[in-house]
Amino acid sequence: MTARRLFAAFALMIIAAGPAFAVQPDEMLKDPKLEARARELSKDLRCLVCQNENIDDSNADLAHDLRVLLRQRLAAGDTDQQAKQYLVARYGDYVLLKPPFNAETLVLWLGPGGLLLAGLGFAVAYYRRRVTAAAAADPAAAPLSEAESRRLTALLEDDKKS
Amino acid sequence: MIPETGHFALILALFVAVVQATVPMIGASRGDRAWMDLSRPAAVAQFLLIAIAFGALVTCYVTSDFSVLNVAQNSHTDKPMFYKVSGVWANHEGSMLLWVFILSLYGMGVAAAGGNLPPALRARALAVQAMISVGFILFILLTSNPFARLDPAPFNGNGMNPLLQDPGLAFHPPMLYLGYVGFSMAFSFAIAALIEGRVDAAWARWVRPWSLLAWCSLTLGIGLGSWWAYYTLGWGGWWYWDPVENASFMPWLAGTALLHSSIVVEKRDTLKAWTILLAIVTFSLSLLGTFLVRSGVLTSVHSFASDPARGVFVLALLVVVTGGSLTLFTFRAASLKGGGLFAPISREGSLLLNNVLMSTGAGTVLLGTLYPLFTDALNLGKVSVGAPFFNSVFLPLMVPMVMTMAIGPMMQWKRGDLAGALSRLKVAFVLALAVAVATWLLAGGSASPLWAAGGLGLAAWLFVGTAVEWAERVRLGRCSFGEFLQRCGHLPRSAYGMTITHAGLAVVIVGITGSTAWKTEQIQVMHPGDTVNVAGYQVTLDGTQDNVPGPNYTALRATFTARKDGRLIAVMHPEKRQYTMPPRPTTDAAIHTNLIGDLYAVIGDPDGTGGFVTRLYYNPLVPWIFIGALIMVGGGLVSLTDRRYRVGAPLRTARAAAAAARA
Repeated sequence: MTARRLFAAFALMIIAAGPAFAVQPDEMLKDPKLEARARELSKDLRCLVCQNENIDDSNADLAHDLRVLLRQRLAAGDTDQQAKQYLVARYGDYVLLKPPFNAETLVLWLGPGGLLLAGLGFAVAYYRRRVTAAAAADPAAAPLSEAESRRLTALLEDDKKS
Repeated sequence: MIPETGHFALILALFVAVVQATVPMIGASRGDRAWMDLSRPAAVAQFLLIAIAFGALVTCYVTSDFSVLNVAQNSHTDKPMFYKVSGVWANHEGSMLLWVFILSLYGMGVAAAGGNLPPALRARALAVQAMISVGFILFILLTSNPFARLDPAPFNGNGMNPLLQDPGLAFHPPMLYLGYVGFSMAFSFAIAALIEGRVDAAWARWVRPWSLLAWCSLTLGIGLGSWWAYYTLGWGGWWYWDPVENASFMPWLAGTALLHSSIVVEKRDTLKAWTILLAIVTFSLSLLGTFLVRSGVLTSVHSFASDPARGVFVLALLVVVTGGSLTLFTFRAASLKGGGLFAPISREGSLLLNNVLMSTGAGTVLLGTLYPLFTDALNLGKVSVGAPFFNSVFLPLMVPMVMTMAIGPMMQWKRGDLAGALSRLKVAFVLALAVAVATWLLAGGSASPLWAAGGLGLAAWLFVGTAVEWAERVRLGRCSFGEFLQRCGHLPRSAYGMTITHAGLAVVIVGITGSTAWKTEQIQVMHPGDTVNVAGYQVTLDGTQDNVPGPNYTALRATFTARKDGRLIAVMHPEKRQYTMPPRPTTDAAIHTNLIGDLYAVIGDPDGTGGFVTRLYYNPLVPWIFIGALIMVGGGLVSLTDRRYRVGAPLRTARAAAAAARA
């Protein structure tokens, strides 16, 4: 029941809400550097019982537990990667808001690039088709041949000289 | 009696819509003028009947008639009158009634303002519009009746979610729906044009004002929602890539692409099939948004499957509308012959590139939003797709997009001169570089992320580039002042609209960059008298006051004073409210803005020893996001008042005829 959930709730016009209180002062680590790393990491970790919400923003009890757990790992000397791995080992990829690249997420990660390439490909095909179609419909509109463009350049040069 | 009247009017509206969907369509294919012209009175009648139904529901809310189930579930006598009214659309049934009300409003708009439309096109467009009406009125009557009675009537209602009792959110759904539903106009005209097999510059000109109006409303609606999230949710976030946000963002992206491609149809009579396809896609995405939000499928595929009546209905509507229109499109698209040729480097070419990037953006958001649903439904395991994914995939697409936004308008139609355009943009390039370097140096080099310098540089590039384009058009500094003024006056308003809107986006980019890169936050327990330093402000908790009464809540109210170098800047009163019905707490942040940044204070729970958890933020440049969005809407509205929409061709002929008659 947190802010993001609330946002969802509003749009769903479903009545389900609570105050949005995320990280509490008593959870925070003494070392500001370590705490900053914990905050940064928290933004990539999903509160598993919430709707699409990270543990940093979430007010759920589980999010609180995960925040404390994450900080324990960091305090114990884990790197960011190790701390994340620890949580993934316990809760699966579902805990990551940015899913890893694997067979299940192949389409997700390659899709946008594929869409862009398809779009650009369509555009290129469109230009080609239009030029050929125009040339077929009206020979006068066809692009200049090699000889024609050379002749045109020569004529223009003459024009400049005179 | 009043709810029954509303219910009855809605049933009548259904029958009117059925007539409006069939008779004019048949008339148009037979060439029967009388049958075609039935579309206009039918659209007006449909609007009036739905207005009666909507008015009846509003009356039930205003008078707190708790014998109506919908009112009893969502209202309360203690609610301020303003929220009694906005409560009408703060629930499923009422918001769907608002949806069809706005749909019929647009239909009536075409009937009233469409006097210069060819009768067959108007008849077909209104018929398509009525088909959508039939679908949604049936949806309301069969699955979501807002007029259902409750016997015995309860003594009082359940009240409304306190988070929705907010001025920003009162106007958010109507604006959003004006946008969503407004794109139905482009859709109806596209289907009508496909049936006729003719799309030309005139068609694009008829459709454009409706798409513009829809775009402005949607932009405003999304902006309001984002603003609400910013000041309500308690820590100053304004965009979460939440599925319901994405649901409104996808039609916005597709609609923006549509606005740009329809320029090409209007000016150069080409890219027709693509524009028609975009019109279909934009409205389909609006319907998809409605489906995602209304069906409960977002919470879980399985909860959707357990109570599917509403979801299946909207899904069926979505499939019929999208599937039907795409089928029609595949059969008819080939007959839409393109007109003018153009080179890839040209105004058309840059608009096409805009379209490719915008559509890819919309496709990416669609993929990310639906992916978890697909993997869940196909038992491929549960996947989370959240903000970090969207930021890393969507933003790189928008960088080339914004870069071309400055170059495109500098290009000529048909065949542009890229080198020439770039050399005219030298000023913009130099200034953008200067801004980027200055940002990097002033913000402390490695202390601030490198992309922040890039973001501000990009914004400067877009802003200055847009200004250069305008200055060239009016020959600023290159002609006499008188001629300059004359040129300013003669520049069409649509050109001003483009300049303003593009500049507005630059302002938004500054806000997004600044607030993401340099936000500061202090979370701690404070006792009265304690002072915390936030981004150069000394913020003191002076005290708290408990049980401050509100209209339908009591609040814990804190007093903070913010000082800078000993000088008093602001006294702030954040509240933690406890609503009585429904009994639920909310936070009410106190925000002090100087338009450069916001000081943002939130009061939290007491710690039991006389202290309180407090959250203090400095959100730099956040106001620019909302100001920029407003500028964009303003640009759209300026464009909407362009002369070519005000002066219709038939009007001109009529005037000329009148003048001839006088002479």
